[in-house]
Amino acid sequence: MSAGLSLSGVTLEVGDGDETLLALDAVDLTVAPGEFVAIVGPSGAGKSSLLAVAGALVRPTSGEVRVAGEHLGPLSARERARVRRELIGFVFQSGNLLPALTAADQLRLPLRFNRRARSTARDPLDLLAEVGMASKSERRPHQLSGGERQRVGIARALVTSPRVLLVDEPTAALDRQRSNEVVDLLARETRQHEVATVMVTHDHDILGSCDAVYSMADGRLSRTS
Amino acid sequence: MFLGLRELRFARMRFALMGAVVALIAVLMVLLSGLSVGLVNDGVSGLKKLPVTSFAFEHGVQTDAAFSRSVVDLAAVDAWRKQPGVAEAAPFGNTLVNAHGDRGTTIDLALFGVQPGTFVAPRPAEGEGLGTTDNGIVVSQTAIDKGLRIGDTVTVDRLGTRLVVVGSLAGQHTFGHVDVAYIALPLWQRIKAGAAPGDPMPAHALKEATAVAVRSEPGVTVDLAAGDRAAGTTSLSLHDSFGASPGYTAETSTLTLIQGFLYAIAALVVGAFFTVWTIQRKQEIAVMRAMGAPTRYLLGDGLGQAFVLLLVSTGVGVAVGTGAGSLVGGGAPFALTGSAVGLAAVLLLVLGLAGAAAAISRIAAVDPVTALGANR
Repeated sequence: MSAGLSLSGVTLEVGDGDETLLALDAVDLTVAPGEFVAIVGPSGAGKSSLLAVAGALVRPTSGEVRVAGEHLGPLSARERARVRRELIGFVFQSGNLLPALTAADQLRLPLRFNRRARSTARDPLDLLAEVGMASKSERRPHQLSGGERQRVGIARALVTSPRVLLVDEPTAALDRQRSNEVVDLLARETRQHEVATVMVTHDHDILGSCDAVYSMADGRLSRTS
Repeated sequence: MFLGLRELRFARMRFALMGAVVALIAVLMVLLSGLSVGLVNDGVSGLKKLPVTSFAFEHGVQTDAAFSRSVVDLAAVDAWRKQPGVAEAAPFGNTLVNAHGDRGTTIDLALFGVQPGTFVAPRPAEGEGLGTTDNGIVVSQTAIDKGLRIGDTVTVDRLGTRLVVVGSLAGQHTFGHVDVAYIALPLWQRIKAGAAPGDPMPAHALKEATAVAVRSEPGVTVDLAAGDRAAGTTSLSLHDSFGASPGYTAETSTLTLIQGFLYAIAALVVGAFFTVWTIQRKQEIAVMRAMGAPTRYLLGDGLGQAFVLLLVSTGVGVAVGTGAGSLVGGGAPFALTGSAVGLAAVLLLVLGLAGAAAAISRIAAVDPVTALGANR
């Protein structure tokens, strides 16, 4: 269990003008290696805040976050960046790829940041082949479809062999067929590579491949299946 | 510089436009440095080539016009010869005249009046030195380039004094943008006094020169203040005496000001470009920071990109500027030297990088959380 992701009693207060909003309210979540968890909820429910806290991007107001057993609480900003490099993979909306880089270079870039991961890193071309993008490894994002960009984004998140995969609305702007393909790919990679995956989405039609589904409303997390 | 080089290739038109602006600034810098060196040469090359360490002018003379206003008594020469550390001292006359040649060509000359045989007497590359005839002059190569020949007669306007070109010096010897002609001191004194051939000379004019030219012993620094007290003069080192050349200070300070503005413009232009470039890439930077990219890596990559852009565009600009400079006609005060062009290129590179660094430092302020969901 300690190799995955765990949040315990996590709250996050954020400023909103003169007021303070409770973006996360005593959230508890544990995701084991190889487990694929989905979090659904409407916009503003706190899904992205949960990803930000779990991904060492934002320090919670209270509670404890552990990534692969490492407690993020006492870590400095530089150390949290190190945790993101070495232990966490992010899949962003629409892939969020860098326009200047080919698909293969999108995967090589994280390896430039992360020298320590090079020994455990996966071969970018092999990984692109695994996600069905071998023939388009030299194409840039504007030469790829939305589904293809998302596949490259998933491969990029996995190239450093992270222990935790955080996926932010991966099917936004994709049609049903491509959405299902992307989520199936995520589920397959999660199990094959023993990574603890958290996917936030507002799309209830793509949850069939998930091991557990949580619902989020007003910063509170509850398991639905 | 994994990302920086790929962005240079990907956004080649944007970088080419920016590079073109930097290259144009580099062209201007090269041309200005050529003009600057050329004007300095035109103004004081005749002084620079004198084997002199300092000049002693009339006491209290206005130092920015000392060569035209100063009058010293020849007795001051002896006083300077006796000063500790002084190897040699000799009278030095300086006056500008309008003249015309045998073939009706007009020519302006800076007459350097010296006593033949003294350390300031010219050593001609061609022809003879001073002393062989009473009215001989030894002229700069630049005067020869303008059509004057050894053996030509040059007549000083208004006075009608006829001077014969007996020798020429190697290289450029000019003063105040006018070709230098060395002349024997007695004839210089007549011309300075405005005495036409056959006119009587004022007695005092025969005992006067513009300044005392002083050469110190090798490795010795002469106490100029002590010498001035003994000789009743006001001394300037050779370098400081350049400011006494007509227009020298105004020209050099104007060009320095223009160059300074150009360097500042270069830094601002490069800084503005990279500010816009960084703002445009804010989302990409947020994504990379979310992926754990060290700030140092991102800053280094951005600075490397700026360095490549500046290096290539400055190199192109320097090449074009040097090519354009070689086309500048011989009549213009223009001279390209490797050191001046190199300094201009390095300054452009360094200040451009400083501008880029100020802009790229914004990378550190990009919040990685903006890579996520609703923050996008």
